Amino acid sequence: MPTTARALADLTEISTQIETAVVFDREGTVVASTVDDEKAGRLAGSALELLRAAAEHRAKPDAEAEEPAQLDVALNDGSVFVVRDEDRLIAATTTPEPTVGLVFYDLKSCLRGLGEGQPKKPKRATSAAKKTDEKP
Amino acid sequence: MRSRSFLTGFLLAAGSAAGTVLYRRRAARRRERVELYFGDGSMVSLTEGSAEADRLLLHARELLAAARA
Repeated sequence: MPTTARALADLTEISTQIETAVVFDREGTVVASTVDDEKAGRLAGSALELLRAAAEHRAKPDAEAEEPAQLDVALNDGSVFVVRDEDRLIAATTTPEPTVGLVFYDLKSCLRGLGEGQPKKPKRATSAAKKTDEKP
Repeated sequence: MRSRSFLTGFLLAAGSAAGTVLYRRRAARRRERVELYFGDGSMVSLTEGSAEADRLLLHARELLAAARA
């Protein structure tokens, strides 16, 4: 199984709240997805539009338009997440009222795993937090 | 007798207040909203009803509908 497909398979396996996920680049080219190619293309295009529209809402009014590093939209029948890591992005849809922090963590872990070229199964924040007890 | 009716009234008032708080919290949580996180750590939260939020919510609804089509 290709690296990106494996990373997405791990993502949906570990995060049951995530229904669909698409990894794509800034041009909207789909790298991998949990859905068919046609649907993935539409999702990537919509996610890019969402991200560009969101760029107009920069926190500082005097600053230039800047795309958010991540966003989530909570709707009544589900949520939409987009996370950006330089030129690679991931968009995901979830069930209603997901655990926002965990979904972001899993999406970022997935993107990071893809960036390293070695798919890593995302671990929950709880296991990562245990390591904070270790002194440098 | 008087203290008993006071206690009943107090309990009713406290129960109503707690119910109102829970209802409002639940209603607030169910409102559609957009949260944007920028690279410098700043965050913008937009709730439904404002023009800027509604535009983003529209895009998100299209995306969610496409995902479930």
